[in-house]
Amino acid sequence: MALEQTIYRELKATRGVWQLAVLLLAFLAAAGGAWFYMEHHGHVVTGMDNQIVWGLPHVFAIFLIVAASGALNVASIASVFGQKVYKPLARFSSLLAIMLLVGGLAVVVLDLGRADRLIVAMTTYNFTSIFAWNVLLYTGFIGVVGVYLVVQMMRRINYKWVQAAGFIAFLWRLALTTGTGSIFGWLVARPGYDAAIMAPMFIINSFAYGLAIFILVLLVLFRLNDRPIGDGLLIRLGRLLGIFAAAVLYFAAIFHLTNLYAAEHGAFERFILVDGGLYPVLFWGVQVVLGGLIPIALVFLNPSRSSTVLASILVVVGGFAQVYVIVIGGQAFPLNIFPGFEVLEGFHEGVINPYTPSIWELMLGLGGVALALFGTGVGAKILRVLPTNLSDANLAAKG
Amino acid sequence: MTNRAEMTRRDILKSGAAASTVTLAPGVTLMAFGGTAEASSRADAGKRWGLLIDASKCDANCSDCVTACKVENGWGSEEELAGLNPGQAPEWIRKVTLRDKATGREVSAPVMCQHCEEPPCVDVCPTGASMKRDDGIVLVDRHICIGCRYCMMACPFKARSFVHEELTDQHVQAPRGKGTVESCNLCAPRIDSGRIPACVEACEKAGHSAILFGDLKDPDSPISKRLREYDSIALRDDLELNPGVRYTNL
Repeated sequence: MALEQTIYRELKATRGVWQLAVLLLAFLAAAGGAWFYMEHHGHVVTGMDNQIVWGLPHVFAIFLIVAASGALNVASIASVFGQKVYKPLARFSSLLAIMLLVGGLAVVVLDLGRADRLIVAMTTYNFTSIFAWNVLLYTGFIGVVGVYLVVQMMRRINYKWVQAAGFIAFLWRLALTTGTGSIFGWLVARPGYDAAIMAPMFIINSFAYGLAIFILVLLVLFRLNDRPIGDGLLIRLGRLLGIFAAAVLYFAAIFHLTNLYAAEHGAFERFILVDGGLYPVLFWGVQVVLGGLIPIALVFLNPSRSSTVLASILVVVGGFAQVYVIVIGGQAFPLNIFPGFEVLEGFHEGVINPYTPSIWELMLGLGGVALALFGTGVGAKILRVLPTNLSDANLAAKG
Repeated sequence: MTNRAEMTRRDILKSGAAASTVTLAPGVTLMAFGGTAEASSRADAGKRWGLLIDASKCDANCSDCVTACKVENGWGSEEELAGLNPGQAPEWIRKVTLRDKATGREVSAPVMCQHCEEPPCVDVCPTGASMKRDDGIVLVDRHICIGCRYCMMACPFKARSFVHEELTDQHVQAPRGKGTVESCNLCAPRIDSGRIPACVEACEKAGHSAILFGDLKDPDSPISKRLREYDSIALRDDLELNPGVRYTNL
């Protein structure tokens, strides 16, 4: 059985590993400093205001949280859908999922107006709020996937327990991303949100973002430790990523087509798709072309190791742009409080809300990414989650 | 026009809300505003406070309601605004001037928290800080607000502001705090002590009387009678939130 034949070993602390760790720690220190600065002065020093209430930190956080559930997919494909070739990757997939979530949550929490009241959020619940449910879904995810990881790493355990834990983790991650998408889907008042499709769309997005990050992080760690990873496996992962990227485009198309059909959403669609300045550029240029069409073309027309790598980078970039358009673009478009009226006077009434993120927000967001990667590295250093050999010959031998 | 104010004061006195606050120390009145369960129980479930804004009486060049709210609740002082970019400035109540796209008619009116019966801000608040009192007043419990701003995302009326910086010289009856969300509370502390909201009083003083305050549940209150007699609308009526603030001649 593949599980027994695969040898997992801790990451060796090579010079490259140390250099990367120091770099990530520098980002973490910068994020810590940025947070202290914002906490001390208040959100006045950020680009956020009463119109754009969620800024760049939320873009980072939501991207990481969505990617977290997607990163678990590789493990799910192995344990739930029985694809043996993915089995050696399952442990690392679980670890990465947990750490991406931790990174994203750290950013959300540190961007709260009163981060010191986190304990309030953990102890006082309003269950009509999807946010409150998410607090439970997110912390539960860490627990459920943690158990799943432990079960995978236990010797002499009946594999059905791994399958059971994997199945629960799979259901949990679906619930988690449904909750994340519903943060926006259930905002009835805003034309850019208020759509049931947001929950499944976020699930599909998570497949793509998570797999892309998984491929990239895996490759970096393997290279740092000179462990072999086969072209065949990478081409296979690339093809899967291509399918996910296509599904992302499909959901984005249905979301916008449905909006275009409703006259009331026409102005919003015009803003995002045509004349909204930065947002149409991010949508068409970065999300659709760079992050969608090009990666799909790469992995299907020219399947290769480098195509998979490039496609993964592009899917991450496109995904980030997509979250930016959803989070910031959705707030930039004004609320229509007075239908049928033109607003002559009234501050920030009926006009596009500008937003320029501050350096502090960027540093905090990058800190979340650094935390996720650093945590993953530390996890791989102390736990046996990374296989020593993912060469095609080795995988084929296990069949 | 003092009659209307007198009527509403009498309404409040009848409710017993005033009696309870009279017997309490000023510090406890502050608690009543804080939004604790205890405070909510002091709010009279037999009432639903609301406003009827007559846009035809509102003067486009007058902003006395906004000024009165600032003075009453201690927001938007010169000193506070100096450090903020305009988009970050607090705005519990604002004046808007609108032109009907079809007819070209221009109207002016104040917009504040609409005190919805089904408030989206209360639904989305993870901790329950965003809450509705038994008497229909929607407000933020600043003690458990974590500053996530989800309520601001959910509010259809842009009625809420986030406190972006450290504050000094706060009013005892209207505590505010950096990193929490705030909005019009219909001057709950005034209502609890038998007075009418500051904006309503200021509008009366300015001679416009464009804002009528009263109990929507009492069929004999002036506001209920006016609503029965004249056509009025709720902002974003399509959302069916049943706001306690209604507009006429808009």
